[in-house]
Amino acid sequence: MTKVADNVNPHIYEKESEREITLEEHDENVVDEFDEREIFDLIRNINDPEHPLTLEELRVVEEKNISVDNKENVVHVNFTPTIPHCSMATLIGLSIRVQLLRALPSRFKVTVEVSEGTHVSEHAVNKQLADKERVAAALENNNLVQIINQCVAM
Amino acid sequence: MGKLELLQTLTGHKGIAWNVSWHPQGQVFASCGEDKMIKLWSKEGQEWTVKTVLVDGHQRTIREVAWSPCGNFLASASFDATTAIWDKKSGQFECNATLEGHENEVKSVAWSPSGQLLATCGRDKSVWVWEVAGEDEYECEAVLNAHNQDVKKVAWHPSLDILASASYDNTVKMYKEDSLDSDWSCIATLQSHESTVWSLAFDKTGERLATCSDDKTVKIWKEYKPDNQEGVIVSDRESVWKCVCTLSGYHTRCVYDITWCHKTGLIATACGDDIIRIFKEADDSDSNAPTFELVCTQLNAHSQDVNCVAWNPAGNEELLSCSDDGEIKIWKFSE
Repeated sequence: MTKVADNVNPHIYEKESEREITLEEHDENVVDEFDEREIFDLIRNINDPEHPLTLEELRVVEEKNISVDNKENVVHVNFTPTIPHCSMATLIGLSIRVQLLRALPSRFKVTVEVSEGTHVSEHAVNKQLADKERVAAALENNNLVQIINQCVAM
Repeated sequence: MGKLELLQTLTGHKGIAWNVSWHPQGQVFASCGEDKMIKLWSKEGQEWTVKTVLVDGHQRTIREVAWSPCGNFLASASFDATTAIWDKKSGQFECNATLEGHENEVKSVAWSPSGQLLATCGRDKSVWVWEVAGEDEYECEAVLNAHNQDVKKVAWHPSLDILASASYDNTVKMYKEDSLDSDWSCIATLQSHESTVWSLAFDKTGERLATCSDDKTVKIWKEYKPDNQEGVIVSDRESVWKCVCTLSGYHTRCVYDITWCHKTGLIATACGDDIIRIFKEADDSDSNAPTFELVCTQLNAHSQDVNCVAWNPAGNEELLSCSDDGEIKIWKFSE
């Protein structure tokens, strides 16, 4: 039996244009810190687990819901499930977290949370995503890692 | 103000170093982690070095290691759902017993003060009590399902067969065996933390408990026995545990571990903000509302989350720590 997606007909949004690279960014002598757009670029093309669409196209992730503090080494990402009872919320959050863990330097403390008020189990999902022991255990589960790798494959 | 001097940095684990555990005499310690290895370290001259590496005991992350009080056995708890018991009766360390029963990740293991009982806990929300039944034989005494979420940590009272457990359900529970029917049951629930309780440590009397949590606080709990002179009401002749002190505003992220030295009374914490902090009870501290002062803040103790801290049981103010960065550090505290 094929599982029917939670949200069978999601709204699809326009993609952002590619980032414009400034002259300064080409200058090796200028310290180039991480900014929100860079984090966004790392996660915008993650595939939704249920649709052949990216998290950007579904507006699950948006640049305005990302914050970076290079001094404190903190990255915060809020994501917005397409519907409030989306059963894939934890998997989407885990995919974002895994992608950032793999791509960012280890000095960063990454927090991934559901945007406030956008999911029925917001608190439970956030608590689970914040528990690094559960995340570590999940990443030893080969089936789950395969699914995550399919999501983050670009 | 106190100071932590770094004595040595030990590398050797690949991936996360989850736990370090002192041998009861404080001359050897064990470490474990994501790389599924256990390493035994001891001093050669002034340098700590790896003496033994135990491999092939577990299929997944080894979350915690614990020495028996006699120092002859080492227990290891793994995400592979098993707990292994190692000893060196044959001359070198070998796994001679495997405790199976948990449905999935085992997160903590602890020996009772007599060494006759062992407790384990895990993701399946249960706490198991095992009895040493003979050479290499362990029997399940009880399966305790008091928590409604995964259980992160178990620790025994320092002199009695009373067990405490900390959980993702934000509570701490205590258990003991009923002397009449020899059934284990939950005798107290400690409720005050606002998120996952990651670890706990008794003081040397066992009448106080320190807990640490994802809510960024440390709490000190005091036991009020039946007929206590403070007039705290107890029911069923069982002690009541009350939170008598909350240390908030110090930690900026989740507090993963806490250790309470039974010789010096110092408390150290391991935090997700990469910092090790040391607290000392004030001289004029009131036992019903104790005061603990922050006496040391070791910034950047590790380059990532600090997962575990452990005072040397010898009471020489040596502290071990390990981290997500895979490193183990040995520190010396001085005031």
